[in-house]
Amino acid sequence: MSDITKKSLTEIVRLVKKKEIKSEELTQSFIKNINNDKKLNSFITKCSEIALNNAKNFDENPKLDKLLPGIPIAVKDLFCTQGVTTTAGSKMLENFIPNYESTITKNLWNEGAFLLGKLNCDEYAMGSSNETSFFGNVMNPIAENTVPGGSSGGSASALAADLTPATIGTDTGGSIRQPASFTGTVGLKPTYGLCSRWGIVAFASSLDQAGPMTKTVEDCALMLEAMVGFDKKDSTSINRKKESYSKNLTENIKGLKIGIPKEYRVEGMSKEIDKLWKNGEKILKDSGVEILDISLPSTKYALPAYYIVAPAEASSNLARYDGVKYGFRSSKGNNLIEMYENTRSEGFGDEVKRRILIGTYVLSSGYYDAYYLKAQKVRQLIKNDFDQSFKKVDAILTPSTPSSAFKIGEKKNDPISMYLNDIFTVPVNLAGIPAISIPAGLDNNNYPLGLQLIGKPLDEQKLLNIAYAVEKKINFKQTLNRWWEK
Amino acid sequence: MSIDKKKIKHVSKLARISLDEKKIDSLTSDLSAIFKFIEQLNEINTDKIEPLSSILNEPLRSRKDEINDGKIREKILENSPKKNEEFFIVPKVIE
Repeated sequence: MSDITKKSLTEIVRLVKKKEIKSEELTQSFIKNINNDKKLNSFITKCSEIALNNAKNFDENPKLDKLLPGIPIAVKDLFCTQGVTTTAGSKMLENFIPNYESTITKNLWNEGAFLLGKLNCDEYAMGSSNETSFFGNVMNPIAENTVPGGSSGGSASALAADLTPATIGTDTGGSIRQPASFTGTVGLKPTYGLCSRWGIVAFASSLDQAGPMTKTVEDCALMLEAMVGFDKKDSTSINRKKESYSKNLTENIKGLKIGIPKEYRVEGMSKEIDKLWKNGEKILKDSGVEILDISLPSTKYALPAYYIVAPAEASSNLARYDGVKYGFRSSKGNNLIEMYENTRSEGFGDEVKRRILIGTYVLSSGYYDAYYLKAQKVRQLIKNDFDQSFKKVDAILTPSTPSSAFKIGEKKNDPISMYLNDIFTVPVNLAGIPAISIPAGLDNNNYPLGLQLIGKPLDEQKLLNIAYAVEKKINFKQTLNRWWEK
Repeated sequence: MSIDKKKIKHVSKLARISLDEKKIDSLTSDLSAIFKFIEQLNEINTDKIEPLSSILNEPLRSRKDEINDGKIREKILENSPKKNEEFFIVPKVIE
């Protein structure tokens, strides 16, 4: 059989179901690739032994009617996995072993998949380049010394390098879609509330949402189907009937209306990205879609509002790391308060500290109205923009990112220029709506670029269908020279 | 709103993060730039806008307060950096 690790998840599932490959052989193939991961640094924890045991158990008693039968899957190290270290990319949780399993991973395992490893990410998912991880930066398989994006950078890198057949990430301001765009893969941020947040290390609770990262749109539909479901343990989980996204996938999108928002044509955007966007428009037209110019006037204010809301929620969520119940504790300090202060000073990295301080400041006495309340009002305006547009169109087409992958270190010392990476992805999180990034072409350096489709709340099926149709016509191909194995 | 060293020191105290002088300097300059960026929001009039605190249309559910797990004290204590058989141990609080 030709290299199984290069195949799509859908194809691998088909081969397992037809008994043309055993789970053990499949798992061995991925482990072989994972053992060459050193230069990519996409894994924080490898679970080869656990995975092989699970594969053998599956082969002895194969349950083939599941969505992900006998499929090994590595996940972002932000999902708590029972008995397996979960670090969130932080020194603070270097030795933390959860006693429970996150709902999302449990859902995957219930569909026949099992854990292959835990993937590197920015510390507490705060970053756009995977450079804030305590476990070192991750490299993008497209080129040495290039970032994979973030915060789900390890997930994107491992997926693109064929170290896992599919993966999951979390997206608070673009952390699934931006790395997907940087690595030539597919990433979906679902509607807020569709995927349970229970057991995911929290960053900004009103924005955090887990989603699939895959090689194809078809795989994305399959993974989403396995992930979703009402969870009473998450108070913001949406209770609704499950959909068969993969079964209902169709490339017939004739008659749909898709909007092009003029505010996303930002100053200084490269000609290549503009060309890519125009090409997306053309493909949609050729598929029988009507293209409409729309306006999302508050777009400019999404990123500043995000940098109030997200740090505010983070400062509150991260207050739990006090060195008492779990995680790192500093050996310095003469009393309880000093112990807290030293623990948090030594345990958190620079970007996390930066955001905790921003958040603490905007929530502190006397500043709440000027910052947090103002940001929530702007959030309302951004949501109103989308609501108005969705009266006229079924979905919105934009670029996923303002540039392709950049070099390691290039933006590390300039927080604002790093934050600007998420300019096209952040509005979606503030409005709680779904969006998908699909690979759409290569720039002059042969680095991949993505297009983003934004949909109405809970309209994931339509979004996947449009992405499916566009994917077929774009026929994106990228050849990796696998430099990290040399 | 300008960010000075005094403010950074105050906020770091509130956030329970100790900072040395060098860190205070770099954070003062980082946060000044970030707040300058954030303050673009002052351009936009939001007088008649209701703040959006939840994007869900329905109110949050409540659930019955039922115990459905437990008896894992040892397992929970295992993750603690300092403990004895029954308790988390912290530096002395009461003299």
